[in-house]
Amino acid sequence: MAVLVEADRLRKSFGPILAVEDISLRVEKGEVLGFLGPNGAGKSTTMKMLTGFLEPDAGRARICGISVADRPKEAKSKLGYLPEGAPAYGDMTARSFLNFIAEVRGFDGASKHAHVDAALARTGLEGVASQRIETLSKGYKRRVGLAQAILHDPEVLIMDEPTDGLDPNQKHHVRGLITEMAKDKAIIVSTHILEEVEAVCTRAIVIDRGRIVADGTAEALQRRMPYHNAVAVRIAAAEVERVAGALAALAGVAKVERAEVVNGHIRLRALPKPGAAIAADVGALLRDQSIIVEELVVERGKLDDVFREITTSSEGARHA
Amino acid sequence: MRNIWIVTKRELGAYFGTPLAYVFAVIFVALTGAFAFFIGNFFERGQADLQPFFNYHPWLYLLLVPAIAMRLWAEERKAGTIELLMTLPISTWEAIIGKFLAAWIFIGIALALTFPMWITVNVLGNPDNGVILASYFGSFLMAGAFLAIGSCVSALTKNQVIAFIVAATICFLLVMSGLELVLGFFRGWAPAFIVDAIASMSFLNHFELISRGVITLPSLFFYFSIIAFFLFANVVIVEQRKAA
Ligand SMILES: Nc1ncnc2c1ncn2[C@@H]1O[C@H](COP(=O)(O)OP(=O)(O)O)[C@@H](O)[C@H]1O
Ligand SMILES: [Mg+2]
Repeated sequence: MAVLVEADRLRKSFGPILAVEDISLRVEKGEVLGFLGPNGAGKSTTMKMLTGFLEPDAGRARICGISVADRPKEAKSKLGYLPEGAPAYGDMTARSFLNFIAEVRGFDGASKHAHVDAALARTGLEGVASQRIETLSKGYKRRVGLAQAILHDPEVLIMDEPTDGLDPNQKHHVRGLITEMAKDKAIIVSTHILEEVEAVCTRAIVIDRGRIVADGTAEALQRRMPYHNAVAVRIAAAEVERVAGALAALAGVAKVERAEVVNGHIRLRALPKPGAAIAADVGALLRDQSIIVEELVVERGKLDDVFREITTSSEGARHA
Repeated sequence: MRNIWIVTKRELGAYFGTPLAYVFAVIFVALTGAFAFFIGNFFERGQADLQPFFNYHPWLYLLLVPAIAMRLWAEERKAGTIELLMTLPISTWEAIIGKFLAAWIFIGIALALTFPMWITVNVLGNPDNGVILASYFGSFLMAGAFLAIGSCVSALTKNQVIAFIVAATICFLLVMSGLELVLGFFRGWAPAFIVDAIASMSFLNHFELISRGVITLPSLFFYFSIIAFFLFANVVIVEQRKAA
């Protein structure tokens, strides 16, 4: 398969801040690579170096085999980029903005209009094409950014948090768009959301403090989450000792955690041993012992947990 | 070339898409007229020329050109569109010249809108239209030089107010350096060649020559090298500071 994006030991600091320490990666045609990591991990900075906005302090980036540093124009012409926040010229209408992009991308006359119309249609912008971008809602603004990035049907598509701040419908739409385009492009998306990785990415990389700390499929990442397949139950506080003891005695259970008592109820969480599926056993146990369960949830694990587990960074980590 | 024109076209579209452009043009025409009539004694002088009109251009440009230039790069940086622009297949210098040209054309249009002045003197008397044409040309060149300075300064900051003040100050110094008041201060102690160098840096002196109809190579060279120098500095600054 053709390697369309290559980063070789990229490094970038801003004054005293080492934003990207050492990042190497390759993305092949047909791959959708998810870029995961806590805030400030260096995802955006890496993307800015890949797209030629920032010059790396060390290392090099190639797009379709073309060095971004040596032949920037050529490399940039192979590339569609949606910067974080989808910046666009707010005083232009969506259509005139895309006309500008199409001209820069080398289209003229009929071909220009065909490409603009196609990009508008693909991102569902036909209805607001003649509205000024600054008057559009956040979701539509993001679509303008997407339309701009895919207008020339680039071989490489790099998107920085394409679904951040969108409502569920809009997220779904954007993910659909990415999946649709995936097979004949190399795509990189950065995200905070694990479902997104599951839904669209063929592979994911976790970045922390400027380094790659994990690289694999979404599933492989998920398996590394401590709460993946954990079972949480809510029971009466009075029963806590008996239930906790019984849960801990189950073969597949590694550990039982308990939360605070709220309104006379308590949450227990049984963590499975690596690879074990404990939901059925827990269910059977509760039934056998006739324990009244207010709530039972099989947890899938949170990305934040995986960050914490993999990165040892406690900054900004939250969990439910 | 194609890219430069694409950028210029987009920028010009942006100027005329907002009321600001029209407000600016009106202010420019009104002020040049007002200065000529009220302060320059356009009628009382009893001469058919546009001297009193052109005399005030350097002082007007001092404020109006930095006001146009301040948004050129500061706004791109503030809105984040600079990241978009710089990751499109356009070189930095193409973007800089494209934006500069758009602003310069815009000022040129505002300048052209002062044509009623020119009609007025032709109705009232027999002016030397060659001199008037040269003055327009000189005024336009001078505006370009102010603009290049403003564009360069605007790349230094996200804050348009700061961009305006710094650019206006630099332009002010370059205008003042031709006044006898300033030169006299240096004459007391500095060697003659320094005083001459300072005087030759003055926008005013070169503009005065041109507006008397004397278009000389040194004056052309002066304005074009100011433009070239500051646009070059502009490229360096944008490349260095685009991410900051
Ligand atoms: N232009 C900049 N100037 C100074 N520091 C920066 C700049 N851009 C990013 N940083 C710093 O570099 C680190 C990585 O940032 P970024 O790449 O934006 O992370 P992410 O996109 O993963 O949230 C952060 O600590 C951030 O504060
Ligand atoms: Mg980011």
